[in-house]
Amino acid sequence: MTAENNRRAWMSLLAKAPADRLNVLWQAHGATPAFHWLRAPEIGASMVRGRLGGTGAPFNLGEMTLTRCALQLESGELGHGYVQGRDKAKARIAALVDALMQGPEAEVVAAAILTPLELEMAEAKTDRAEKAAATKVDFFTMVRGEDS
Amino acid sequence: MYVAVKGGERAIDNAHAWLAEERRGDLNVAELSVSQIREQLSLAVNRVMAEGSLYDPDLAALAIKQARGDMIEAIFLIRAYRTTLPRFGASTPVETEAMACDRRISATFKDAPGGQVLGPTFDYTHRLLDFALAADGEVPSTAKGEARLESTPHITDFLNKEGLIQAEATSEDVPGDLTREPLELPANRPLRLQALTRGDEGFVLSMAYSTQRGYARNHAFVGELRIGKVPVEMDIPELGFAIEIGEVELTECETVNQFQGSKTEPPQFTRGYGLVFGQSERKSISMALVDRALRWEELGEDNLGAPAQDEEFVLYHSDNIQATGFLEHIKLPHYVDFQSELELIRKLRREALENANPIQEAAE
Repeated sequence: MTAENNRRAWMSLLAKAPADRLNVLWQAHGATPAFHWLRAPEIGASMVRGRLGGTGAPFNLGEMTLTRCALQLESGELGHGYVQGRDKAKARIAALVDALMQGPEAEVVAAAILTPLELEMAEAKTDRAEKAAATKVDFFTMVRGEDS
Repeated sequence: MYVAVKGGERAIDNAHAWLAEERRGDLNVAELSVSQIREQLSLAVNRVMAEGSLYDPDLAALAIKQARGDMIEAIFLIRAYRTTLPRFGASTPVETEAMACDRRISATFKDAPGGQVLGPTFDYTHRLLDFALAADGEVPSTAKGEARLESTPHITDFLNKEGLIQAEATSEDVPGDLTREPLELPANRPLRLQALTRGDEGFVLSMAYSTQRGYARNHAFVGELRIGKVPVEMDIPELGFAIEIGEVELTECETVNQFQGSKTEPPQFTRGYGLVFGQSERKSISMALVDRALRWEELGEDNLGAPAQDEEFVLYHSDNIQATGFLEHIKLPHYVDFQSELELIRKLRREALENANPIQEAAE
């Protein structure tokens, strides 16, 4: 199950990663593995669901755009790309990273691409959380009257 | 006899070319880029995504540019584009409890765990025009506090623990989808919420306001309002497990409304629910009030004949694309329809005149 959880984690990271950063890190890594398409990149949508009252029965909230593709490296690994938005190049890189992460280069790819992405995205999230924290109300009570 | 009329192609082409020129405006003024709209008119972008029913900020910004800022036209463009997309699947329901909250307030509990977090709000501004924005556009630096990274519990959970508020019945039923099946009445609550979340903000706001003014009053407190990003997870059949396919910004509103009880159940607060794409709190609060009003039958309340209680009225008039489509079509050529009306009214007038002057006619 750990292998599956790891794959879930990196695919989820790639899906949400800013396309320009993923592209820059991929180019810097410099890998150009040979592959063939199992499914060329295609743009579609996923219906996002919510729950009644946040906890009850599901309902359809609206769709989001999504791009997917699947490929196979010459060395045999299958890579899937599922990324938010309509960026076919991003889906291709995500699928290549997914495939490489299942091969012997996994550690190098993780260090060159996944770890920096993860750090940057966590940093951006913390930055917003810190700004939100500064807008938290500190209530204080003023003592009135003369009883005590 | 009707003779088919053709023509107008040249006039239409020229009209569209002029539209493009007018859209661009004065060439001495810098052109607006799609990314500028996405970043600097983000609440307009949010509205187009919510009512266009498609979360994609770049597309919504493009639609706003193409529509010259006409929101309903922009929403129309997004709805039209949406229909061209193959659907890869549906997400597992988003967990709003796990939201990374930019804003989270409660009008009912001052000391809610997680606190009252104002976020980037217009509340408490003086609504005075800021002429500095017309000048340099410099932004003040934003203060930072200690980040809270754990999830923020829902306020209604606290009331739930005491049994003071109705629990939502859990279910994993696949919800109906009004973009796939025509809406039929009576609609269930999942379908009503789908219609409301993509409904026109102005319409839903007015319906909600009518309940506050006394048309099916249900006295709502904003138990909680939260805005932030949540991850979206979807099962990927070829993988056999679910992954996060992205994240969306949502506004969620839970209202706490007046009581409901029976001979067997002690009185409990009832609830209304709003959930909308983007930072859209006016819409989200409105949605929750209208949701609550529409639940009158399920909660054993009287039908007071109020518009906000009338499911057919609300659901069939909330969609601004349906509304504008039907409304605006009457400006398109109706020459043949009108010709038949003209002939009819001339005949009626002739008959009326003849009936009024029968003697004159006999004399002729």
